[in-house]
Amino acid sequence: MSKKVGIPRALFYYNYFPLWNTFFEELGAEIVVSRNTTKKTIDEGSKSCVDEACLPIKVFYGHVIELKDKVDFLLIPRFTSVSRGEYICPKFGGLPDMIRNTITGLPEIIDVDVDLWKNGSNPLISAFEVGGYFTNERRKIRKAYRKAIESFTEYRSEVKKGVLPEDILSKKLRLIKKIDEPRLNIALIGHSYNVYDNYVNMDMVNKLKNNGVNILTIDMVSSKVIKEKVKNLSKKMFWNYGTRAIGSTMHFLDKKDIDGIIYLMSFGCGIDSFVSDLIERRVRRKKELPFIVLTIDEHSGEAGMDTRIEAFIDMIRWRKKGENNISAYG
Amino acid sequence: MKITFPHMGNTFISAKALLDDIGVECIIPPYNNKKTLEIGTKHAPEMVCLPLKINLGNYIQAHELGADTILITGGRGPCRFGYYCEMSKEILADASYNMEVITLDGPNGNMKEFLERIKKLAGGFNVYKILKVIKNTTIVSKRVDEIEKLTYKIRPRELIKGSTDKVYKTMLNKVRKVNGSREILQLLSETKKQLMEIEIDKELIPLKVGIVGEIYTTIDPFANFHIDFILGNMGVEVDRAVTVSGWIIEHMLKNILPTKKDLRYRQAAEPYLGRMIGGHAQETLGNTVLYAKNGFDGVVQIYPLTCMPEIVAQSILPSIERDYDISILTLIIDEMTGEAGYMTRIEAFVDLLNKRRERFEVGKNVALFRS
Repeated sequence: MSKKVGIPRALFYYNYFPLWNTFFEELGAEIVVSRNTTKKTIDEGSKSCVDEACLPIKVFYGHVIELKDKVDFLLIPRFTSVSRGEYICPKFGGLPDMIRNTITGLPEIIDVDVDLWKNGSNPLISAFEVGGYFTNERRKIRKAYRKAIESFTEYRSEVKKGVLPEDILSKKLRLIKKIDEPRLNIALIGHSYNVYDNYVNMDMVNKLKNNGVNILTIDMVSSKVIKEKVKNLSKKMFWNYGTRAIGSTMHFLDKKDIDGIIYLMSFGCGIDSFVSDLIERRVRRKKELPFIVLTIDEHSGEAGMDTRIEAFIDMIRWRKKGENNISAYG
Repeated sequence: MKITFPHMGNTFISAKALLDDIGVECIIPPYNNKKTLEIGTKHAPEMVCLPLKINLGNYIQAHELGADTILITGGRGPCRFGYYCEMSKEILADASYNMEVITLDGPNGNMKEFLERIKKLAGGFNVYKILKVIKNTTIVSKRVDEIEKLTYKIRPRELIKGSTDKVYKTMLNKVRKVNGSREILQLLSETKKQLMEIEIDKELIPLKVGIVGEIYTTIDPFANFHIDFILGNMGVEVDRAVTVSGWIIEHMLKNILPTKKDLRYRQAAEPYLGRMIGGHAQETLGNTVLYAKNGFDGVVQIYPLTCMPEIVAQSILPSIERDYDISILTLIIDEMTGEAGYMTRIEAFVDLLNKRRERFEVGKNVALFRS
């Protein structure tokens, strides 16, 4: 019987799932992905997690609880850095330890270190470590790694074309309401695990689509453009996400066809608290582009969120329709 | 150029020594108070951590006193502190406070810019002078921390309550008026003498509590409501492993000098958190383990709301609590924290520690013992 590897459908799942999937398949392991986030996931997650943690971490806890009795291994890599000279949120670095010290009855955790901060560090080393759980043949691991990278590159290029990761990962197309008004281009900026998890963001992506909006995310901007744009920052941002978010915002600001920017942040996110503010200041300084920050946590009410999104879209449409039709009463 | 800097507990004494010795005029912002926090909260984004809000308040209050340049240290993540300099710049610019920010960052590759900054600050490249200033500043910071440590020991044992606080506060008032590291050191040694003269109860064996957590909230008395005073006056001896001098020596000097770092805390934290994740998470965990091994009765963890590394530490602390049978209290601070609720929790914690000790000493409630 092949070994079962559990992958929680949270946090970096949306960035790296095709990579992990191919890698484990090539090694002959069976992959179990937790189901889509539900209310139960969040409830169980918040019950076992410290109160102060942010929503994505609580969601992750929920997914781990769902998976822990069904699998032989749980994949919780210790991400310290995924790009040279840049870190990611400190909570990712301590995630396996957080899980291990709060949840009991866990299967074996694959907590491989992923740290590409230093010059010349090689992700293949991490791949060998993970592969070692399943096979001793280094050649096989190397081959699996190569294939995994291939499918990952393919996935990334699909996303860059403007396909949302959710459509690729779930492999089905959704019906979208037809709207007569011209389609709007709105940039949705936020962590991938907030933007693509449809329960967490209260189905925001589909709501926007049904309102006739084309969504652009930071994953659709190529890293070359981002690198070019962040050059004029007076201090290099040391978070991978921060660099990408600020770089792509600057890119969106320079593009003529963007109608508005939505920043989706989770309550208590340390990085968002800085990045959202820096972005807001940049947007407000540069030009009059509609901008809104939406904050989500485990208590968010869907109605309030809907109202805000609708108002935001209505406002943009009014601006487009009747710029010179100004009310006499101000 | 009138330089100011953010407050963090007694760091201002070292910063003053540094700037006085270099020969630039410095403006010490008013001690952190409610107004400082109010100003900071008004300008800072809602969700940033408390230290940034207090720092912003410091800058603006110093600006009112005539300061035009800010000196702060930088960092390279992943903790938010490393980007404080940029945030402050942006916020102050948007609020139209015309202030320059000089960041004392480690020379991460860009040696030229690092030297430029030093030149800007020191007004030249007299290497001998710079080295001497650095040495004196380090000594001052060490002496200040020694005084603090001494008060931790004397306060619970003093016979006339409040005498330690009195000496300590007098020093804080006087230090603003003296000039240069030499005079500061003189004042410090006088204070030490006065502290040693306080009558103490030599037979008392006080409860011992270690303070761990995020550096700013553990060190700054305004942020933690003078937790060392509170606990000390309840008859508890406190200890705080993360100190200003430790930070200067371990994080700034030893990054440049080829000496070995003191990594005991890292070894102690190893079984719980194997890697550096930024901030003081490893220190928190490691020092908790060390306190437990050294026979402390309890540990208090303090951190500002949404502090990322400390949330990780907090999730792991229950394991240490279990493994070493030590009581841990976590206090989270933001601009809304009320003093009364905070005090109640500390009092309850100290009561609990007292009861625990009684049980161990007298041997009653044997059934509750763990073998």
